[in-house]
Amino acid sequence: MKYSIFSLARAAFSGHKNWQRTWRDASPKDRYDVVIIGGGGHGLATAWFLASEYGIRNVAVLEKGWIGSGNAGRNTTIIRSNYGLPGNTGFYELSMKLWERMEQDLNYNTMVSQRGVINLYHSDAQRDAYARRGNTMRINGIDAELLDLAAVKKMMPFLNFDNARFPVQGGLLQRRGGTARHDAVVWGYAHAASALGVDIIQNCEVTGFGRDANGKVTGVETSRGTIGAGKVGMAVAGSSSRVAAMAGLRLPIESHVLQAFVSEAIKPLIPNVMTFGAGHFYVSQSDKGGLVFGGDIDGYNSYAQRGNMPVMEDVCEGGMALMPMIGRVRLLRQWGGIMDMSMDGSPIIDKTPVDGLYLNAGWCYGGFKATPGSGLVFAHLLARDELHKEAARFRLDRFRRGAVIDEKGVGAQPNLH
Amino acid sequence: MRIVCPFCGERELGEFTCLGDAKPLRPAAGASEDEVFDYVYLRDNIAGEASEHWYHGGGCRAWLKITRNTLTHEISSVEPAAGVGARQVAK
Repeated sequence: MKYSIFSLARAAFSGHKNWQRTWRDASPKDRYDVVIIGGGGHGLATAWFLASEYGIRNVAVLEKGWIGSGNAGRNTTIIRSNYGLPGNTGFYELSMKLWERMEQDLNYNTMVSQRGVINLYHSDAQRDAYARRGNTMRINGIDAELLDLAAVKKMMPFLNFDNARFPVQGGLLQRRGGTARHDAVVWGYAHAASALGVDIIQNCEVTGFGRDANGKVTGVETSRGTIGAGKVGMAVAGSSSRVAAMAGLRLPIESHVLQAFVSEAIKPLIPNVMTFGAGHFYVSQSDKGGLVFGGDIDGYNSYAQRGNMPVMEDVCEGGMALMPMIGRVRLLRQWGGIMDMSMDGSPIIDKTPVDGLYLNAGWCYGGFKATPGSGLVFAHLLARDELHKEAARFRLDRFRRGAVIDEKGVGAQPNLH
Repeated sequence: MRIVCPFCGERELGEFTCLGDAKPLRPAAGASEDEVFDYVYLRDNIAGEASEHWYHGGGCRAWLKITRNTLTHEISSVEPAAGVGARQVAK
């Protein structure tokens, strides 16, 4: 199925009754060259890059529920590459560039909208820190602009500029950042990977690993039988510790719940993605009109995919501090996703000590924007057995070596590192 | 979640801070690098019933040991963490 203006017109004139499934719901074969555990954005992107960039097409993606039912469907859809630390800067920009060509690459409308991401600053010290980050970005060829108060007022006249405690002083803007349609990203990678022969297998929960006498992984045990594999890649952020434990591994990760919220639909208000620098609050407005926003993790270990009231209150207070006029807007929905909180706040993409098992984990609450980049570098690792140069610092052993990438200085428990 | 503090009674979650798994013990001075690495960075990250340290910062400021299910958030026991407070409750 190839999508174009012509296929759209054809379908429209036949009353939209003849659309075909966009990807194949496959049954497991006995053996694959590569088995990827986790049918979220990262797993499906990895499969697509394996098939399209690295010529490995005998690939299966195993998903315990339905594809995109985990964090790929639970995020706030923000894409950006405004990072400042070596290791992150290049990787997220690689990902950003892949977002910019994703729709052409996949032949799928993922609704990538480069509406800009602005981080507001509220003090002189924060302005200096943002100026430094912006300069780091520009040195690395990434767009960044430091806006002063007048420019922010012009762009977002609706903000509360009279906040005495946390006055808006300006912001760091990345115009190429923005949002994408999260479900469409999942379906787009499924569509393109499936067309290249990748088997996407749903309702197939991995229950264990097959190992040979030397300990090498030979495949996976699943709820749909044993599946042999040359290599196994894990892309199960949120459940990484549980899956890794089946192979006897302990990871530097805690699973925490992060909530997200959407309000009832209102007329177009917020032109971009915006963050409140004096608290933790980020917001954009969906095409349907809802304000999509979020804040901090709840702060306790959880696999429950739902959060509690104190964080909801805190997030809404952040929103009110910036935009007091949203106080009368009703909250429509609220949900939680389970984050792999790594101990330095940065991801892990590496081989594991178990031969044949590869790890893609620890995305904390920044996994969505990384989807295409993560797919490419993980496919590179699986295909070539070497780290991609833009992901060379996301090593599993960096904690032991003291080479942590503490961009924000937060992990699961910031007081421990 | 609401937590029944042994000193203050039932209070809302916002008064408490979670430190995490209560099982790891700080290695003795002179412990090997492996032991320290394990303590600082590695986690069991239990899915199910786990024992955790929580701090009642918005109340009596006592450290508590809470048994909680990470799959359901159900709390099955709250006791004072070992220390002066625990001895007071034991009286």
